[in-house]
Amino acid sequence: MTDVKTTSMTMIEAIRDALDVTMSQNSDVLVFGEDVGYFGGVFRCTAGLQEKHGLHRCFDTPISEGGIVGIAIGMAANGLRPVAEIQFADYIYPAYDQIASEAARLRYRSNGDFTCPLTIRTPVGGGIYGGQTHSQSPEALFTHIAGLKTVIPSNPYDAKGMLIEAIEDNDPVLFLEPKRLYNGPFDGDPHAPAKSWKGHPLGEVPAGHYSIPMGKARKVSEGHDVTILTYGTMVWVAEATAAKLGLSADILDLRSLLPLDIDAITQSVKKTGRCVIMHEATRTSGFGAEISAQIQETCFYHLEAPVERVTGWDTPYPHAQEWAYFPGQKRATLALRKVMDGV
Amino acid sequence: MAKAPKPVTNRSRLHVPEPQFRPGDTPDYSHISVPADHTPARPDPLCEHHETAEHALKLIRVLRFNGEAIGDWNPKLSNDALLGAMNDMMMTRAMDERMFNMQRQGKMSFYMKSTGEEAVSVGHAMALKNSDMIFPTYRQQGILINRGASIKEMMCQCLSNSGDPLDGKSIPVLYSFKKHGFFSISGNLGTQLIQGVGWAMACAYKNEDGIASVFTGEGATAEGDFHYALNFASTYRAPCIINVVNNQWAISSFQGIAAGEGETFAARGSGYGLATLRVDGNDILAVYAATKWAAERARKGGGATLIEHFTYRQSGHSTSDDPSKYRPKDEARHWPFGDPVERLKVHLIKLGIWSEEQHDALAKSCKVEIRDIYKSAEAMGDLSEKTNVNDYTMFEQVYERPPEHLEAQRRMFSEELDE
Repeated sequence: MTDVKTTSMTMIEAIRDALDVTMSQNSDVLVFGEDVGYFGGVFRCTAGLQEKHGLHRCFDTPISEGGIVGIAIGMAANGLRPVAEIQFADYIYPAYDQIASEAARLRYRSNGDFTCPLTIRTPVGGGIYGGQTHSQSPEALFTHIAGLKTVIPSNPYDAKGMLIEAIEDNDPVLFLEPKRLYNGPFDGDPHAPAKSWKGHPLGEVPAGHYSIPMGKARKVSEGHDVTILTYGTMVWVAEATAAKLGLSADILDLRSLLPLDIDAITQSVKKTGRCVIMHEATRTSGFGAEISAQIQETCFYHLEAPVERVTGWDTPYPHAQEWAYFPGQKRATLALRKVMDGV
Repeated sequence: MAKAPKPVTNRSRLHVPEPQFRPGDTPDYSHISVPADHTPARPDPLCEHHETAEHALKLIRVLRFNGEAIGDWNPKLSNDALLGAMNDMMMTRAMDERMFNMQRQGKMSFYMKSTGEEAVSVGHAMALKNSDMIFPTYRQQGILINRGASIKEMMCQCLSNSGDPLDGKSIPVLYSFKKHGFFSISGNLGTQLIQGVGWAMACAYKNEDGIASVFTGEGATAEGDFHYALNFASTYRAPCIINVVNNQWAISSFQGIAAGEGETFAARGSGYGLATLRVDGNDILAVYAATKWAAERARKGGGATLIEHFTYRQSGHSTSDDPSKYRPKDEARHWPFGDPVERLKVHLIKLGIWSEEQHDALAKSCKVEIRDIYKSAEAMGDLSEKTNVNDYTMFEQVYERPPEHLEAQRRMFSEELDE
């Protein structure tokens, strides 16, 4: 294999690179959303794409999430591969009907007569003092939808490969971007100096086209004490907490929630007999509930302790109390101690 | 439409619009003026949108009740085209009739007739290219018939049998015929308007000649999707036609509930900078002419047109409602714009190319042809007994390739069958 050149990138740059690579290779790929054109997006993920690929390929839309996803469905059905940006996941609800009832069901409803190869990108999660309307993690509202795929990267390398995979997928994919990780990994301590992706191995992004198969978890660390199942920002909180506690943790970054890598999960939990699930979203009916249910179905007789969940509270995402809400290292520590109790 | 007089008071009162006639009332539509000669002039299809502002308030008509075709919207169709239109409308009506009756016999779960609205679908389809993508509602079956779709396949879809191209995945009438430029119908109303605009944007992006034509009833114009569609169509000058079929009734709610009683549905397009036409939907020549105008405008880069087809839903909303519970039984008979099939018949007779006898004969032959097709469709199964669609097909076409969790559920289902 020849050496592929890599460049140190933030997650923003990696996402932009994925868009650039696919747009360069395929004129069917269009990018649009609020402020994504000339300005390049409020998080800069599309900066320079309009200038490079033209006004028709990367353009601004009205403030109308239902409209954005609606036109994307029509374009996708007509042979294009639209990549629509919803500025914050908190704003995605006006598009919920278009996503749940239309995009996800078009193939099924028409028995394959029409398809919907559409990607919806949207930033999720807290950690930037965004309050109730710029911090939500609504993934469980989408993993409940048959016909839709939901993925969430935790680093620049995965972000690029997973976004290319999503764009090339022939079904609608919701691509969630943990905004706290855009510029660097975050271990949950808001008072520590911000880290950068520069110099981080996962910030080294290969040039050109590569993709990461959907439905495959990433092993963050190999361990035998406990399994931690997590995704997005919480991958970094989990890793830091386990290290601090001196645990030998088997940490899986799920990356793809639907489809879910149940084989990797089962294998790990059967090995360790203990499991903590960590996500930033609210607890009740959160995606952790689904994972927990599947674990008791497949690993019940291997479990040494009840499965624990580390999550955000069942409240709206507060503003001033952001770090009291965020499931940081303290909450993760308590859960890990609980499953390790008596060891 | 005439409006209920506004009572003059000095206090605000919650106003809930009510239709003028309810069961037991004798409908009197003398207040609806039926324009004869003052049809608004036909502007150039590439005119400024505001030049069509008055078209949104008036009514484009070609056919007079005496059978004459008048005015500069007269498309002057050939005799063959006119006779073809009659055939398509009669076939649509005969099919609706048959399917409604068969639903009553328990052969299918549900049906929706388009009786009274055949001119809207057939006239519209005639004015478009077959490759133009229609985003229909469930009352445009006339478009499929005009485009030569297999009536047997349509029937099999309704019967959810082994001949159903959708493998029983959708309720009756929610057809999908990509090969006939007929988009998969969603049961969620209004959602497809904005998708059609996206389809049209893709046509323009690819430098193709195609346009999209999207449909809603007047009731679902109240959905946000209607606003999205008009707004995006305007912003991106999408080559599309946005059709509001105002058939007066949304299940049991009269049109005043959808939008108040202040203005026409066509007029809603003016504020978005769209061309706006309001057409007598029971006049197939007017429907054809308006569609032709809008299609030319879209194809030549003039952007979208909003067309309100002013018509009347002669039947219930579906097989699930009884219209006599919310409107006078004979309201359809009093509808001042008549019946679209009758109106075309009078015209053809006036032209000397048709007669009452020929008309009756065509009605009869349509009935027989539909009956025969239906029999061959029903021979492939129906819902009055256990469906003959393979149950396992329910796991197909959720995704391009079934993910592992669906394969697992398929295995679970298989165990269920062994039980």
